[in-house]
Amino acid sequence: MKFLKYLFVGVIFGITLAKAEVISWYRIYEMFRFQSFHMYGVIGSSVLIGIVLIQLIKRFNIKSIDNRPIVISPKQRSSPRYLFGGIIFGLGWALTGACPGPMFILLGSGMTIVIIMILSAVLGTYVYGLLRDKLPH
Amino acid sequence: MIEFISQPWPWYVAGPIIASIMFALLWFGNSFGISANLRTMCSIAGAGRQSAFFNFNWRKQVWNLVFAAGMMIGGAITYKYFMPGQQVHISQATVTELQELGIKNPGESVLPADIFTWEALLTVKGIIMIVVGGFLVGFGTRYAGGCTSGHAISGLSDLQFPSLVAVIGFFIGGLVATYFILPYLLTI
Repeated sequence: MKFLKYLFVGVIFGITLAKAEVISWYRIYEMFRFQSFHMYGVIGSSVLIGIVLIQLIKRFNIKSIDNRPIVISPKQRSSPRYLFGGIIFGLGWALTGACPGPMFILLGSGMTIVIIMILSAVLGTYVYGLLRDKLPH
Repeated sequence: MIEFISQPWPWYVAGPIIASIMFALLWFGNSFGISANLRTMCSIAGAGRQSAFFNFNWRKQVWNLVFAAGMMIGGAITYKYFMPGQQVHISQATVTELQELGIKNPGESVLPADIFTWEALLTVKGIIMIVVGGFLVGFGTRYAGGCTSGHAISGLSDLQFPSLVAVIGFFIGGLVATYFILPYLLTI
């Protein structure tokens, strides 16, 4: 039962990204070609509202559902991993037209070929795990 | 209401809902980051024997897998009930440009119909855009420590500088692929 709420918000998230066409390869191509405001609007407005919500959590010490403080773990203070990792992900994002979330939504919507994309992504994560100690972070 | 649900949703509807979902996951005592599921899957499959990176208590991440399962159901519900057609309402400039690059009927389906299919999987385009692309997504997100949800939405909302670096990286990679790789790849 404790997982039911996650299933519910997942369904809402899936419907939202599908209805806003965020899961479409075409929308990602269009974004990187700066030919529409749509994707910038989606990401930009969610970040602006997200900033307000997180400030509210911090100012009013909003507690989580089980009454613990809400902590957002700070990221490591370094740059190489964010820049290099980010560039590698960006290349994949433009080729597949999907980040990890949309991959799951596409698979659910019946695009069975996307299972290969997801398995390739799992393999990529696995290879990162093997090479991790040799990479600059 | 029915009319609203069957229309494509504008950015100012999607953006606030995405922010609310991030808030809900924080309120539930977790955080918004979908690519973490890829690491969890490796761990469940036993990758912890090869790399300590996968040696963690994946049971604490089950909620995130359930969230991903919910997303799949959301995709299924949308295409079964809330989507009269598969059209994607991209700009005319994008349609014209992609036609010139040899894509048939741009925007008539969610994914380009002649690339993202089982039949095309073993072509050069298919291998690079599905298999290599997927691999880069999995490798890059873990190297960067997050994807669009973890860095672009959660990290930027929390004004974290490393997330800004990551998002700049996403764009460098995306622009390189879009301007220097796709024009050649699509016209093969």
